[in-house]
Amino acid sequence: MSDDDIRRAVWRMAHEIVEANHGLHDVVLIGLQTGGVPIAAALAEALEKIEPETGADVPIGCLDVAFHRDDFGLRPVLPPALTEIPVDLTGRVVVLVDDVLFTGRTIRAALDALGDYGRARAVQLAVMVDRGHRELPIRPDYVGKNLPTRRDEMVNVSSEGVDLGELVK
Amino acid sequence: MKHLLSIADLTPTDLTDLLDLTESFVEVNERPIPKVPALRGKTVVSLFFEDSTRTRLSFETAAKRLSADTMTFSVSTSSVKKGESVRDTVETIEAMGIHALVVRHASAGVPAQVSRWVRGASVINGGDGWHEHPTQALLDAFTLRQHLHTIEGRHVAIVGDIKHSRVARSDALAFTALGARVTLVAPPTLLPPSLDGWPVEVSYDLDDVLPKIDACYLLRMQRERMTEALVPSLREYASLYGLTPERADRLGPEALIMHPGPMNRGVEIAGEVTDRPNVVVIDQVRNGVAVRMAVLYSLLGGPDAAPEETDQP
Amino acid sequence: MTQLVLRGATVLDATGERRADVAVGDDGRIAAVAPDIDATGMGPAVRVLDAAGCVLTPGFVDLHTHLREPGKEEAETVESGSRCAALGGYTAILAMPNTTPAIDSAAVARLVLDLGEKALVDVHTSGAITVGREGASLAPMGEMAALGVRLFTDDGAGVQDDRLMRRAMEYAVGLRGRGQPVVLAQHCELDSLAEGGHMNEGAWSSRLGIPGIPAEAEELMVMRDLALARRTGAVVHFQHLSTAGSVELVRRAKAAGLPCTAEATTHHFTLTDAACAGYDATFKVNPPLRTADDVAAVREGLADGTIDCIATDHAPHTQEAKEQPFDQAPPGMLGLETALALALTELDLPLARIVALLSWQPARVLGLDAVHGAPIEPGAPANLCVFDPAATWTVDPDRSASRSRNNPYRGRAVRGRVRHTVVGGEPVVIDGEAQR
Repeated sequence: MSDDDIRRAVWRMAHEIVEANHGLHDVVLIGLQTGGVPIAAALAEALEKIEPETGADVPIGCLDVAFHRDDFGLRPVLPPALTEIPVDLTGRVVVLVDDVLFTGRTIRAALDALGDYGRARAVQLAVMVDRGHRELPIRPDYVGKNLPTRRDEMVNVSSEGVDLGELVK
Repeated sequence: MKHLLSIADLTPTDLTDLLDLTESFVEVNERPIPKVPALRGKTVVSLFFEDSTRTRLSFETAAKRLSADTMTFSVSTSSVKKGESVRDTVETIEAMGIHALVVRHASAGVPAQVSRWVRGASVINGGDGWHEHPTQALLDAFTLRQHLHTIEGRHVAIVGDIKHSRVARSDALAFTALGARVTLVAPPTLLPPSLDGWPVEVSYDLDDVLPKIDACYLLRMQRERMTEALVPSLREYASLYGLTPERADRLGPEALIMHPGPMNRGVEIAGEVTDRPNVVVIDQVRNGVAVRMAVLYSLLGGPDAAPEETDQP
Repeated sequence: MTQLVLRGATVLDATGERRADVAVGDDGRIAAVAPDIDATGMGPAVRVLDAAGCVLTPGFVDLHTHLREPGKEEAETVESGSRCAALGGYTAILAMPNTTPAIDSAAVARLVLDLGEKALVDVHTSGAITVGREGASLAPMGEMAALGVRLFTDDGAGVQDDRLMRRAMEYAVGLRGRGQPVVLAQHCELDSLAEGGHMNEGAWSSRLGIPGIPAEAEELMVMRDLALARRTGAVVHFQHLSTAGSVELVRRAKAAGLPCTAEATTHHFTLTDAACAGYDATFKVNPPLRTADDVAAVREGLADGTIDCIATDHAPHTQEAKEQPFDQAPPGMLGLETALALALTELDLPLARIVALLSWQPARVLGLDAVHGAPIEPGAPANLCVFDPAATWTVDPDRSASRSRNNPYRGRAVRGRVRHTVVGGEPVVIDGEAQR
């Protein structure tokens, strides 16, 4: 995927979000640290253009799931990034945003973490790349690109585009 | 990092990493539900051979907010009084399948000894004799950084009974490692017999030091020091080294007043001073929970099993 | 009749060094000393021990051994402690009186001497200066002297009361003249300065938060005892000197002609207070391990004759006792089995000087020098040590003959190993193995 492809995918996903929720009422965007945060920002920017009246008011937050992971102890302790949830989530429609959807374990941790901030009316998932190999019953609502991969490949999403490389062990 | 026994074992980078990690737990503690599942299934034991309700509650709150199970072993209700050795106690407790031991003891070095006897559990020094109290130093450093934004280049005075203070030893090590200038202020009888190798300055004159510092850290003055002829009387101590309102006025407007608690009002700090806005004692206590969460999270995390695939490396 | 021949060693004693074989008679005395003794014609009852490449010296004498019996037999007994001594090349040891009950009467002294009859080496005992080592009233030194007790000390503590110490010295002078010396030995430590301390007071104690014992606690008592000895004419022996100041005080007193003697322990010339950094109470000892400057001063004192002997202060303690918190664990460390090797490894002194410090000089302090430490010549009692000065080995406390394991040199590579020890003509240690 090139940077243009990403821009077009963001634009399309933003439209789908507006369409699926019949506008942007009660919608909150939450980017997952760290890869989901810039994509959530890009989506917010797009929403503002699509729905000039309500788009600018969509709250945007970020979430770090380090403390909620189930693979704790399996990987080195990394300094967790910031969590910032700007509003009480009770009754809101939360759109979780991440760069790559793989096994689904990060999303499970995120759903767990979100519960601490109120009871959302619905939680939807937007990802730039769905690379398959799910280990949990989780599916995205908005997908930038479906990218078939091997398990040992690595997907890198940045503002320059999406790269596929060998997993560096 | 397997154990936390002494600030001296930590590099400046280790210290900074722990303080950065603490930021995350400060945020967790501000959540509507201040609890995360990070240490689910882990068991943390407070092994307190010396009573300290404050420290024990802080550690146990930290462990519980990380979803660890906690157990308390306090000597007053235990077999240690019946002559059981510390080693037997530790080996018995560890056999129950625990992951961390917070050890507090009136004798210096007991946590270090315990660390040689455990098979897999992490040992955290919860205060040992006159030696160290590393988590207190971390929470003090965090509080300094929180209010002064940086520790590098700041000037902190530690005032009072340095000789018998594990807090002073840990604080002096932590603050200087993080780039602060530290001045110890005490009568010579309350200073350690030798300060060889301590990167600190010493003053016997609190009034001279006050206008030059960014934080004034007051230590608790124990009444039993009177019987040891270390100072003539508490009154004389208060008049020479106590933070009276007049002395507090000599501090710069932004300078912090800190104390490890519990405060002896009228001795090391005047009652009127404790209500001033630059007294950050409550922040110290609050940060204590977050710092201890960071310590537990760091010690009990890490790859202790074979790495497995995760979402992204 | 010759019963034992030691072949191939270099003989070293107070008279000098020479290549010689040594034959020992069945009367326990040396029968012959000659360059080449042929044992083939002497019959099958003669035992020949190889000593090629080794040094054959008079047996060592330890003026400072804690045997723990009676009272703490779980840590050591007369039997186990004397076994350590034999393995370390000692033929005579002096038991310290801080047992339970203290060796402060003829009855307890008799008990220890009787237990010593069956031991591998000659066991002598000291007696306490004061009743119960409590520093309040004089123990019956005369009754103990009549049993052969030659050295009195309250070791484990110093006699704090100046007036009582003066009386003890005066009284001891009157016990002389029965053909043996009476020595007052002092563990120099002023309680008022040392109390509550658990290691040397200095940079390390300050860092570790362990209450310290200042050097002055020792030096002030050395000073006092020198002054009192000058007044009373008593012979005083300073136990385990540990500070540069103490060494200098004794040096000056000797230069002024005062008849005093002094010992230093192996650990005080090999270890510093930095060893306490890990809070391992194996390194807790009294007087405490001092600074590198003090270690250098003790070595200097050993080199220039200020310090007359190397003592072990062999002080066994059970593992349970030593695993207590540092400030609760009892002080003391093992030393009998490792003293020779550490002296050879660590001291930059001629071999003859090291053996003098271990053998005939301590023997002279006790007036034992006709029996132990005597020149190796026909007719002399066969109390001998054969060691290989070049053999290297690694200290392993778990293989000690002691009932305790508190040897601070675990894992240290050392040079010099005892091969044979002969006590009263009997080879009690052969090739590093105790024979009974």
